[in-house]
Amino acid sequence: MTGAMSTRSRRRDRSRDGTVMSPGGRAGRRVVNLAAAAGLLYLFLPIFVIVAFSFNAPVGRFNAVWNRFTFDNWLNPFADEALVDALLLSLRVAAISTIVATVLGTFLAIALVRYRFRGGEGINFLLVLPLTAPEIVLGASLLTLFLSPTLWLFNISFALGFTTIVIAHIMFLVSYVALTVRARLRGFDWTLEDAAMDLGATPTRTFWKVTLPLITPGIIAAALLSFALSIDDFIITYFVSGPSTTTFPVRIFGQSRTATPPQINVLSTMILIVSVAILAVGTLAGERRRRRTGL
Amino acid sequence: MRTGPGQPGARGGDRLNESGAQAGTARNDDVVIEIRHVSKRFGDFVAVDDADFGILRGEFFSMLGPSGCGKTTTLRMIAGFEQPTEGEVRLDGNDVSRVPPYRRNVNTVFQRYELFPHMTVYDNVAFGPRSTKVPKPEIAERVRSMLEVVRLADLAHRKPAQLSGGQQQRVALARALVNYPSALLLDEPLGALDLKLRQTMQIELKRIQREVGITFVFVTHDQEEALTMSDRIAVMNEGRVEQIGTPEEIYHRPASVFVAGFIGVANLIPAVVASADGATAGVDAAGRRFPVPITDPAVRTGDAAVVMVRPERLHLSTTVPATDGAAVEVAVADLTFQGPVVRTALRTDDGTDLVAHVGPEDELPMLRPGDRLWASWEPDAACLLRAAPRNFPDE
Repeated sequence: MTGAMSTRSRRRDRSRDGTVMSPGGRAGRRVVNLAAAAGLLYLFLPIFVIVAFSFNAPVGRFNAVWNRFTFDNWLNPFADEALVDALLLSLRVAAISTIVATVLGTFLAIALVRYRFRGGEGINFLLVLPLTAPEIVLGASLLTLFLSPTLWLFNISFALGFTTIVIAHIMFLVSYVALTVRARLRGFDWTLEDAAMDLGATPTRTFWKVTLPLITPGIIAAALLSFALSIDDFIITYFVSGPSTTTFPVRIFGQSRTATPPQINVLSTMILIVSVAILAVGTLAGERRRRRTGL
Repeated sequence: MRTGPGQPGARGGDRLNESGAQAGTARNDDVVIEIRHVSKRFGDFVAVDDADFGILRGEFFSMLGPSGCGKTTTLRMIAGFEQPTEGEVRLDGNDVSRVPPYRRNVNTVFQRYELFPHMTVYDNVAFGPRSTKVPKPEIAERVRSMLEVVRLADLAHRKPAQLSGGQQQRVALARALVNYPSALLLDEPLGALDLKLRQTMQIELKRIQREVGITFVFVTHDQEEALTMSDRIAVMNEGRVEQIGTPEEIYHRPASVFVAGFIGVANLIPAVVASADGATAGVDAAGRRFPVPITDPAVRTGDAAVVMVRPERLHLSTTVPATDGAAVEVAVADLTFQGPVVRTALRTDDGTDLVAHVGPEDELPMLRPGDRLWASWEPDAACLLRAAPRNFPDE
C-alpha cells in the first residue's frame, strides 16, 4: 500500500467516535464480524438453552429433551418447594454477606488509597489471593478451619450451615469489593475533602456528605457484583454448607442426579432477567449522570 | 493605574484607610493574621524559612514568587492543612498553629476550585453554613445574597459541570465568602482561566473584596496580577520573604536583586560603591561615576553593589543630556516593537547591557542597530542594591 493510499484509508476507517479500525479492507472486516458473531453465539447459546427449556414440557424427571412448548412451568414457578427454599436461602446469604462485605471492603479500599501505612503493600497483595487461589483450596481450608479443634479452645464452635456460608462468602467478597472500590477511588480528587474541612465540616461530616456520595456509584457496582458472586458460588459453599443447609446452586447440583424439574430453568431465567434489568438501569443511570454532571 | 513614582506607597496607604473606615472599628495596625517566625520543613527540604509578618484587616495581601518559593505552603499553614515546624500562626490574636482547618475562621479558594460535583451551586455555597450549624432561615438568606454578590443568582440550581470556568470560579468565591471568614485565602485562583477571563476576574475580585470588606490573601506567581490587585505584596523566593511592601514600593524600591528582577523589567548594572555619605552614594558603574540614593544603611565604601533602573526611566538622547544623575554613551543593539513602546536593547562601551522603553514622547529620530546615543536617568530613578550571589529568573 502506498503512503497516500494508507493515509486515505486510515481516514476513512476512522469511525465517528474517533476510534481507528484496522485497515484490513472489506473482506477482512467481514471475517472479523463473523468471528465476533461466533464468539457471541458461543457465549449466549447455553443461556438461550436455559431460557428455551423453561418453556418445555419435559418427558420424565429430566428436562433435557425438547418435547413441546408450554406455559405450565411459568404458571407454577414455585412448584418445587425445596428448590424455592434453596433460592430464598441463597438470597438471604447474598444479602447479608453483600452488606457486610461492602462495608468492610469499602473502608479497606479507602484506607489503602488514602493513607500510606506499614503493611499497606502486603494487604494489596493479600487482597488478590482470594481471587487467584483455586476455590477448591479456599473451600477445603475454610472447612478445616470451621471444624478445627483449635477453635474449641477459644470456646468457638461452628455448626456447618447458614453462619459458616455467610462467613465464607464475606471472606471472598471483601476482596472483590475492595478491588472494585479501589479502582474507582484511584481517580478521586482528595482535595475535595480539604475543601469540605476548610468550610468547617468535621472529618465525619466530610466523609458522609462529600466522600461517600461521590464514591457511591463504585460501591453500588461492587455490591451488585458481590450479590451476583454470592448467589453464584458453588464450590466454597458446597464445602461449608453442611448436610441440612442448601443454597440454590448446591440444591440444583444435588438434584441433578435424580431429577431436573423445569422450575430450575424458570427460576434461573428469572434471576437472569433481574440481573440484566439491574445492569441496564445501572448503565442508563451512569450515562445520565455523566451527561449531567460530568462525573 | 499606578500612582507616580514620586509618591510610592500612596495607594496602599489610602486603601487601608478606606477599608478601615468601612469596617468601622478597624485600625490601620489591626492585624488579622500573624506569621511569627514560621518555618516549615519537609524532611531536608526547607519550604518556608523564618517567615515573619502580619496581614492587616481588610487588605488585599499577595504572596508572590516563582513556583517552589513557599507561598502556597505558607497559605496552607494559614488554612490549617499544614502545621509549622517552628513558629506560630496567629489568627485574630489566637495561636491556631495546631487547630484543624474546620475550626479556623478562614476559607480557601482552591486553584482548581474543588467544587462538590454532586451538589448544585446552591448546595455548594450552603455547605459551609450548614456545617457550622447556622440557623436554616439565615443560611438561605446568606446564600442568596452571596450568589448575588458574585452574580450567579440565576444559576443556583445548576451542577458545577454545567458552568463555565469563570462561573465555577465565582461559585468557589461565594462558597468561601458565605462563611464571613476573618480572611479569604486564594491559591492561584486565576491560573486556570484564559487571559481575557483572567483580566475580567481580576477586576471582579477587587470589586467583591471592596463589597464584602474581607481580608484577601492571594497567592500568585504572576507579578503583573499582584501589582494590579494588591494593597501589599510579600515577594518570596526559596522559602524566604524577600520584601513586603505596596506595589509601588516593590516596583520602585525593590529590596533585593531578586525582587528587582522578578517584578517587571529591570536594568541591573554591576557597580562598586566609591563613596557613601548618608543619603547618597557615589558608584562606579558602566565606566562612569554617578550618584544613587541609599536605602540600605549598611552600605559601605568599597562594597560590590548593583544599580537598578527601570527601562521606562531611562532617557535616550542624541546629544549629551543635562542631568544630575547618570549619563552613559551607548550603542543600539536591537529594537523590538511592542505596541505602546519600542523595547530598545543598548550596550555601553564596557559591555553592560541595558534596556530602554522608548515611546513617541522621547522625540528621537528613527533608530537603527549600531546608532550611538546617550542614555541618562535622574538620581531618584536608580536604586542601590546589594550584589546578590543568588540567581533570579529571566522574567
